[in-house]
Amino acid sequence: MRRAVLIAVPYLWLLALFLIPFFMVFKISMSDAILAIPPYGPTMKDGFRELISQLDFENFVFLTTDDLYWKAYLSSLKIAFIATVLTLMVGYPVAYAMARAPEEWRPTLMMLVILPFWTSFLIRVYAWIGILSTNGFLNQFLMGIGVISEPLTILNTNTAVYIGIIYTYVPFMILPIYAALDRLDASLIEAAEDLGCSRFKAFWLITFPLSKNGVFAGCFLVFIPALGEFVIPSLLGGSSTLMIGKVLFEEFSFNRDWPVASAVAVVLLLILIVPIVLFQMNQQRAQEAEQ
Amino acid sequence: MRRLSLFNSVSLTLGFAFLYLPMLILIIYSFNKSKLVTVWAGFSTQWYGELMQNEAFLDAAWVTLKVAVVSSTIATVLGTMAAYALVRGGRFFGRTLFSGMVFAPLVMPEVITGLSLLLLFIGIGLDRGVLTIILAHTTFSMCFVSVVVSSRLSTFDRSLEEAALDLGATPFAAFRLVTLPIIAPAVVSGWLLAFTLSLDDLVIATFVTGPSATTLPMKIWSSVRLGVTPEINALSTILIGLVATGVITASLVSKRNLVRMQREERAAERAQ
Repeated sequence: MRRAVLIAVPYLWLLALFLIPFFMVFKISMSDAILAIPPYGPTMKDGFRELISQLDFENFVFLTTDDLYWKAYLSSLKIAFIATVLTLMVGYPVAYAMARAPEEWRPTLMMLVILPFWTSFLIRVYAWIGILSTNGFLNQFLMGIGVISEPLTILNTNTAVYIGIIYTYVPFMILPIYAALDRLDASLIEAAEDLGCSRFKAFWLITFPLSKNGVFAGCFLVFIPALGEFVIPSLLGGSSTLMIGKVLFEEFSFNRDWPVASAVAVVLLLILIVPIVLFQMNQQRAQEAEQ
Repeated sequence: MRRLSLFNSVSLTLGFAFLYLPMLILIIYSFNKSKLVTVWAGFSTQWYGELMQNEAFLDAAWVTLKVAVVSSTIATVLGTMAAYALVRGGRFFGRTLFSGMVFAPLVMPEVITGLSLLLLFIGIGLDRGVLTIILAHTTFSMCFVSVVVSSRLSTFDRSLEEAALDLGATPFAAFRLVTLPIIAPAVVSGWLLAFTLSLDDLVIATFVTGPSATTLPMKIWSSVRLGVTPEINALSTILIGLVATGVITASLVSKRNLVRMQREERAAERAQ
């Protein structure tokens, strides 16, 4: 009896507030926009049979005919991919150095990596507006040391979006890679070096392959949220920065076309299933390798 | 321990400079006298004063705090129950669906979570405001709590609980006296995580709120869209300060607990 209550309460909560809303998105993505409250039809009030018979894939067809949407999907995939590679390039050396740092520093270094994650995401993105703007700190600094004579335009471009994604998601990259490198047996590298491998070659042949699981985990942890990102492209990106999270938000709040917004969401989910499944498989493999 | 090579020292220095300089600049310039945020004109705390008089911000902060306390508390109870069901529940009908529902919200884009909950609230005709934000925050943060608690539960020695039951404790007493003290650190960090997630959330709250409730991130969002202002710098500094104090205190407390636990374990070993 007690066990039943223990299971039933969170179960019912998630059914009501996660699964049912989720199906509503599916249903509404197949409805039509109408001028009413709620602004879509048909609804349950029209009867179940009527409801089913009127659902169609019109909105999905619409997504393929309007340039805006598929361009936004492609450009989100591109931005998320490039940002993930850049984050890896920034995060890997830091994780590597952390794993090589004296043992007594490591807990502190770990905390310093995690700490930004607890501070407001919005504030961390906001901090870059003042740095990247035309008369911001970066331009002041670069002009001060004489590298450039005219301020660079970085804010409101894709470059700023990349910087924003790297900055906010790099802890997710560092932690799994650090965890993989920390477990690595140092004698393997010493053996390789004793046998005449150069430092670089030993890294490339031994350290990097052994940290592969951490690299994959980190990449997915950056790629998946970056794909649906809304705050970073809205604050740092320009009018030419197309990302699907932003399109969905605008479709919903300015155009009030809920069926199309729902269809956009459904397609985004379908795209996300691929990296999520790959991530799960990678985690499982890593777990099996450990045992 | 050998010293760090030059390459590694440079990586660490640059990496941490990248992580912390932006926030440091924000904090320094929140004490700037000038209204122009990128020109230093001397030290002043006037923006903090103005912030304290800004009713709209104070109201939003109050709403955010209420939502965060209530939602993280409910989420901790529900998340701990869910973790229990997953780790200890054994087989039950729809177990796969249940674990799917616990993990899916962790990777769901916020725009989709927000949209789907809004559609639900409109569908059932619930008035949008503080209540709907609390429901939304509870739902996604209970999943995070459940992950944190279940990782602790699955590593914990079950025979301790069984011993208590054998010695005549009721299941509830065994939970209260044995299990809870052991999983308490995970429950507390789950609560803290849920609390910060709620404080932080902009996207989901924007979707599910109505005209009656504005949270602090929503307020920050609408003024940030117009550019950098010294008041927002001051507000950010306060928030960063609170979080830093909280995290450092929590890690010191958990370190002390760890040391104490290790000492007790050693004492127990010696006694055997």
